[in-house]
Amino acid sequence: MLEIRNLHAHIDGHEILKGINLTVGAGEVHSIMGPNGSGKSTLAQVLAGRDTYEVTQGDILYKGKSILALSPDERACEGMFLAFQYPVEIPGVTTSYFLRAAVNAIRKHRGDEELDAMDFLKIVKEKAKLIKLDQQLLSRAINEGFSGGEKKRNEIFQMAVLEPYLAILDETDSGLDIDALKIVAEGVNALRSQDRAMIIVTHYQRLLHYIVPDFVHVLVDGKIAHSGGKELALELEAKGYTWIADDADKATAVAS
Amino acid sequence: MSVANMTQSKDVFLAHFEQLEKQSSGGAAWLLPTRKAAFARFAEEGFPTTRDEDWRYTNVTPIAKTSFTRACSVASEVTAKQIESYLFTKDCVLLVCVNGRFDQNLSAVGELPKGVMACCLSDAARTQGDLIETHMARHALTEQAPFAALNTAMMDDGLFLHIDQGISVSVPIHVLYLIDADAEPVSTHPRNLIIAGPSSQVSVVETYGTVGGGGSHFTNAATEIIANDHAHVSHYRVQCESDDTYHVSTLQIQQHRDSQVQTFTMSLGSALVRNNIATVLDGLGADCSLTGLYLVDGRQHVDNHLTVDHAKPHCTSREFFKGVLQDEGKGIFRGRIIVRKDAQKTDAVQTNRSLLLSDRAMVESKPQLEILADDVKCTHGATIGQVNEDELFYLQTRGVNKQTARNLLVFAFANECLSDVRIEPLRKHLSQRLLTRLPHGEMLGD
Repeated sequence: MLEIRNLHAHIDGHEILKGINLTVGAGEVHSIMGPNGSGKSTLAQVLAGRDTYEVTQGDILYKGKSILALSPDERACEGMFLAFQYPVEIPGVTTSYFLRAAVNAIRKHRGDEELDAMDFLKIVKEKAKLIKLDQQLLSRAINEGFSGGEKKRNEIFQMAVLEPYLAILDETDSGLDIDALKIVAEGVNALRSQDRAMIIVTHYQRLLHYIVPDFVHVLVDGKIAHSGGKELALELEAKGYTWIADDADKATAVAS
Repeated sequence: MSVANMTQSKDVFLAHFEQLEKQSSGGAAWLLPTRKAAFARFAEEGFPTTRDEDWRYTNVTPIAKTSFTRACSVASEVTAKQIESYLFTKDCVLLVCVNGRFDQNLSAVGELPKGVMACCLSDAARTQGDLIETHMARHALTEQAPFAALNTAMMDDGLFLHIDQGISVSVPIHVLYLIDADAEPVSTHPRNLIIAGPSSQVSVVETYGTVGGGGSHFTNAATEIIANDHAHVSHYRVQCESDDTYHVSTLQIQQHRDSQVQTFTMSLGSALVRNNIATVLDGLGADCSLTGLYLVDGRQHVDNHLTVDHAKPHCTSREFFKGVLQDEGKGIFRGRIIVRKDAQKTDAVQTNRSLLLSDRAMVESKPQLEILADDVKCTHGATIGQVNEDELFYLQTRGVNKQTARNLLVFAFANECLSDVRIEPLRKHLSQRLLTRLPHGEMLGD
């Protein structure tokens, strides 16, 4: 599904990603963890195609093809989705209006017929129920006046409606209380499937109690310093990140 | 502006006034002296120049140097079909004025509730002379500005609305002002008087449009609103005349104790627009909300000039104006807030936001606070920006291409103002108008 090869990315001349290698297969859930400033969110944004970051080396292959030349919307149309750490508030456009535009843009790209208002409403109702999202929120401006939990749930709701092949969840758990976290996790779990891959970026191990990953990677200073199974998350919870960072330093020291 | 031009332009209106004087024998006795006094004031002051602080950014030379013909002397034949695009609901009281004259056939006043008088001003002048005389041009309107004086001197037909105490009018009153003339430039001076009795409630919509080809016409409109104690008045002003017209408007609001007035000013057409909006909060606890939206492209120029006078304590005012500027469009916002010495506990908020879609578009935003009381809350803020990159990226990650996402954000920026429009069919109608004016608005569909 996704293959990241030696990915380097800059912003304003600072190198943030310093050679990431990662392979994610269909049906797999990968978690990317790491201390603050290690480049987790940058990786999520670069995957989604944010042009404020410049990819200086390496490649991203999605379904076997490089997507570096694709715009964020083209990547979305190909089936990629990014749930934002800080979902943007957009006064003046309702969620349902914008989401129908999005669904139809993607359908058009795939050569499917566009949905009319009735068909769209049917899908929206079904998915809102799945995520336990109050439908009232959909007729309000995008995320405007939403609580933190509602914003994150809206992200997962959009993911449910758009049905991506590769979903990247950027710190979806941050700022959520335990009840909101459970609802979001249930929503995500309901969307797990054999042909859908997920990358869950998180600072805390907490979320991984509810969304159990197949693989855990630890990002330190723009590189994956350590990879393992779901038990790695537990180890991190017990020991913190420092031991990995120290190991990484030692490794660098040996290498040089 | 050269002296020769000034003289020429005043001469045009002097000729108009002399014509009008000849025709107006038999009118209400008080009206002619009022007109004469107003014309004298206009003649004395003449057209403002950019040396005048209030007109620094708006040059009215194009108006001053055009030889207009009085619109009311131009024959017109507007059909019901031609006005359809300006209507937003059948469920309203409709008055239509074409070329400054009330058009009975196009209007649909219907049965009015008891205690409501809604008719054209010319009819009211015959039956309600005393009421009009008491209120018209009595609220510092004519003293304030040359265009208002010119309107009083030359006033054409318009709306007369009087609501008795405690009456709530459930349907909106819609007044449509059309210019129907060939390319030869005409001028018209629509005049409206709205008197809301104590504890009454009413919504009024003014729409300004052009029928047929359009030319360099000049609309100089004036509306006075008197909101008595505890009255609730919503006033909407939709300006969508053809792109080569000039439009100057004056809205003078007088608010008494605990009254609430909400105005919405939307400017979509014309080469040059100047909206003067002034409200006097002249009773304890009065509340006003002034919202505005303008879209300019090509070389359009829109100037919104607001004055909120907090004359009494415990009054609140909200000003919220937004503009979208393309090409070489120009937008001016001047918001003056006066807080008189006794007007303690004043709560005034002023916001002006502009979205620039081109490097050549220009915005001037100027707050002007004159605070003489010491226990007040007064805030103002102005933002001028481009489409937000974070928002753009967010929409794109959902599959919406960059151009559509940009359009959607521009629409969203403008559409936010429309949430203040409480008449649902009007809100939908304006939203649609907005879409047709925005770049690639048709891509956004319904």
